[in-house]
Formats: sequence, structure tokens, C-alpha cells
Amino acid sequence: MPMTQEEVRQIAALARLALTDDEIVLFQEQLSAILDYVASLQELDTHQIPPTATVLPLHTVLREDVPGSTLPQDEALFNAPQAQAGCFRTPPIIVKE
Amino acid sequence: MTSPADLTIHEAATLLREDALSAVVLTEAVIERILAVDNDVRAYLTLTPEAALEQAAQADALRAAGVTLPLLGIPIALKDNLSTRGVPTSCGSRILEGYVPPFDATVVRRLKEAGAVLPGKTNLDEFAMGSSTENSAFFPTRNPWRLDRVPGGSSGGSAAAVAAGEALAALGSDTGGSVRQPAALCGLVGVRPTYGRCSRYGLVAFASSLDQVGPLTRDVTDAALLLSVVTGHDPCDSTSLPAAPFDSTAVLWTDDLRGMRIGVSPIGDSAGVQPDVRRAFDAAVDTLAGLGAEMMTVSLPHSESALPAYYLIAPAEASANLARFDGIRYGYRAKAETLEELYTRTRGEGFGAEVKRRLMLGTYALRAGYYDAYYRKAQQARTLIRQDFEAAFAQVEVIIGLTSPVTAFPLGERVSDPLRMYLADIFTLPQALAGLPALSLPCGFDADGLPIGLQLTAPALEEGRLLRVAYAYEQATPWHIQRPVRS
Repeated sequence: MPMTQEEVRQIAALARLALTDDEIVLFQEQLSAILDYVASLQELDTHQIPPTATVLPLHTVLREDVPGSTLPQDEALFNAPQAQAGCFRTPPIIVKE
Repeated sequence: MTSPADLTIHEAATLLREDALSAVVLTEAVIERILAVDNDVRAYLTLTPEAALEQAAQADALRAAGVTLPLLGIPIALKDNLSTRGVPTSCGSRILEGYVPPFDATVVRRLKEAGAVLPGKTNLDEFAMGSSTENSAFFPTRNPWRLDRVPGGSSGGSAAAVAAGEALAALGSDTGGSVRQPAALCGLVGVRPTYGRCSRYGLVAFASSLDQVGPLTRDVTDAALLLSVVTGHDPCDSTSLPAAPFDSTAVLWTDDLRGMRIGVSPIGDSAGVQPDVRRAFDAAVDTLAGLGAEMMTVSLPHSESALPAYYLIAPAEASANLARFDGIRYGYRAKAETLEELYTRTRGEGFGAEVKRRLMLGTYALRAGYYDAYYRKAQQARTLIRQDFEAAFAQVEVIIGLTSPVTAFPLGERVSDPLRMYLADIFTLPQALAGLPALSLPCGFDADGLPIGLQLTAPALEEGRLLRVAYAYEQATPWHIQRPVRS
């Protein structure tokens, strides 16, 4: 099933990826080929086959409720591209018109 | 001329114990080798020679004080998606360039506690997505057996480092074959442990239901040694099995395989298997039979579905895991006026082509309205693949097959054709999807002198069987003794 350029743009928006026009053309072609290949799964009879999300038996893992140490603020901010007043600094989230 | 850099871990450990070698001399030999060959091989992204020499000096002081530890003074390389406190961890990506983790991955902590010397961080396909190490954002790594060939991937830097004597062993990570395939292409032993056997804490996540850390070593004995150090329960990883660490003393170290039932999974005609690789496999089957193993054919009818299922499941998980790279808390940040622009530009500029492709593919598969047709279908295929193995292991104890259909391919041959690159993983994906332990070890060389890998698979938590069969095979064959010739 070929992917359209418009679909590539929609998926990129969902994945929060800014793509160049060249990338959109390239990915349209490559993703179409990959989707065409994985479509072979559709021929598989999976009637009444339960899905496997993980090979482990699913259960909630709990630990003892004991206090421990956490990352100090300076270490948590050490890798920040921009930090200010003990916080990560970002562009404004709400922009006045 | 032999250098201590070419020793196995167990050989070096014996010399250290007898005081015929010091950890400092061993580490200096490894650093000297790195300086001599890494301009060509390019296995390492980050080198930490000063810290390594300090660790070696400490190891020698401990040895002098009578302390014994399983890896005391042994230089081991780390794939650069394993978090190392105070040492950059890039995952081979621009988006994490300059990132310095504030903590050690559990497997790294365990190596340190076992006395290991850590010379540096090795190259990989960006975020471990690839089969040739050409998807590294920084540079490709070359195969020490032939510099115009890829080392495999994604743990290609780790494999090349061990093959070239730039470390005695290394850790890699295996999501769909990323330890086993480069081990095969570089003539090494590589193990993917049972899912949950090795802690994933501090391994930068790619596909959480598949990722496992594993060793790359020069022989089977070293693989067992490293496994016994890095495995074991970790409360920091909720998917860590409550099992005891792997116990290498419980393995039957013998060259006699009488009574062992080994299943041979037939190599299909469609997989594009190189003729001399097929011949090496047939010879390996004969060798194992000669050691007394009872060989029988097993059928894994759904293996063909592993590739399409994997390339839906792994990208789907990646698209969720890699959402954390947004330019806010660490790593690269693009210039932007608004927050939305900051996210999309940072990710658009920070990720390479293969990562973007997989994030797109995963987003597509998980999208509302498509979920059942793609992701759920792939998860059902995963169940069928697991059931195949369950049925086969009702008859046999270990299954053998090939690790890779081809030997090391030329640099540049596949990198522009993603689907063709994905086919490199065709034999290593079923075990990953089923969460089973698997091991690759050398089983010959092709006409160009490039190594060929034999793959063994066992039921969950039965790594001991893999090592028993691999050890017996290794004793009976000369492949593991050969080293690449340096020009």
C-alpha cells in the first residue's frame, strides 16, 4: 500500500519531526516499500491467537516503601541546553497574539 | 609478535594471578593497540585512557593486597548506549552529542564492581537501529578482518574493538540481533541472554520488550565469565527476572555431547544464503554429530513472519521511547521561537535518516484506525513464533542455525536500501521476539577469509546449554584461534 506525501507529512507531524521536502520524497518511497513488505503479515492466519506484548508474565512489580536519595538539582540540570533559576528554560508555551 | 591485548579474559586472568602480567601493562597494551589501529577501524566514539590506567593501577593494588575479583584488571569496551557516569553517552546520535549521564547503567556498575578496566565507549548504529554501524551519526566503523567491509551492527564498534585487540571483550546490546550479527561478522562469540536476565537500567531504550545487553568475546569461556558478572536481578528494572545470576560453574564443560538432542532448523532457499556460508553450516552440523549429539530436524514455520513483525513492533516501541528526546532536558536543542517548533526542529535536525524512518513507521503502525491491522497483527505473529519454539523445545534441547545469511558486506552496499539492510537480521529476529537466549560463534571462513557465524538457541534461562554445546564445538574446531591480520 503506497503512502502519499500528504500521509508522510501527517505522520511526521504526529511524530514531531520537522522534515525537509527532500526527506518527504525519500521517506514516501522508502516507507511505501517497507509497508508493502510488512503487508505479508496480512496473509497470516491469526484467528483466536492472543497478542504477545511482552514475553514476561505480566504483573505489577512493587518495591519496599523506603525513602532513598534522588538526583540532586544541579546534576539534574547539568545537561540542560538552557536552565534558569533551578528550572529547564524553554520558549514560551503560550504566545500572546 | 604477540601482545597482551590479544589474550582472552581467562588467559589474561591466569597471567595476572601468577603475577606474570600486571593490569597496567595489559591496559597499556590495549591503549597502544587503539592508538595503532583505531584511525582505520574507528571502533571507539570516546576514549578514557587516563581513567582506564587509574582503574588498572587500582586493580594492581588490589591484586597485591590479595583481592580476587572475576574481571580484576581486564579492559572491557562498552557500547555507547550504556550510561556511564561522567563519561559522554551519545547512542551514536547528534541528539545526544555532549550528553553526560549522572549515573551508571547496572551492567556498567557490575563490571566496575568486578574490577574491570573501562577504556572507552564504542560506535553503534544510531540508537542501535541498524545492522552495519553505518547509521552512526559520527562515522562508520570498519571490519578488522577487511577494512572495506562493515563490522555488522548495531554493536559494530564493540565487535570491531574486540576483533582488533582494542579491548579483551565488550558489552553490546541486542534488540533484534545487534550482538549476535556483529559477533558473526567479526569472528567472535556473542550472546543474547534470556529477556530479563540482564538489567536494562541505564541501557538507553530502543524497543523495551526486546532490548537485552550481551557480551562479545573471543571465546566461549570468556562469554560465560562475562555473563556471570552482568546477569542477575535488578530492582531498578521492572522487567528484570527474579533469577539468580548466570552460574558458569554449573555448565558442563566437556567436549562430549553424547545424549544431547540438537534441532537443526533448515535454511530456506529464499533467505539469500551465501553458498560458502551454507557449506560451513552443513559442516558444523556434521561436527556436532561427530561429538555425539543426536541431530534432528525441527520446524519453525512462522520464522518467515519474524522480519515483518519485528519491523512493526520495534519501531512502534521506539516511537514511544524516543519521544523523550525533545530538546528540553538534555542533548541537542534547535533554535526555535515556539515550543512546538523546538520539538519538531530539534528532532528533525537531531535524528538521522534511519531513526526518523523507524519513528515514522512506528507512528504509522500505532495510529488510530491502523493499530489492529499492523501492531496487533504483529503481536499475534509474535505469539505464533513463540509457540513454534515451544513445540520444538519439547523435542530438542538446543536449536542450531545460522546467525547471518552472509559474511561482512562492503561498506555502502546496503545503507541506501533500508529493506535490504533489514534482511541482514533475518535469522536473529525470531529469538528476540520469543525472548530466548541465543549465541553466535565462529564456524568457518568464506572464500575472502571473512568469518561465518553459527547460531545456537535454547529455552528461556537455559544459557548453560548454549555454552555447553558452543564449548564442545569450539574445542573441536580451530576458528576461534584465528585473528585478523593487520597490514
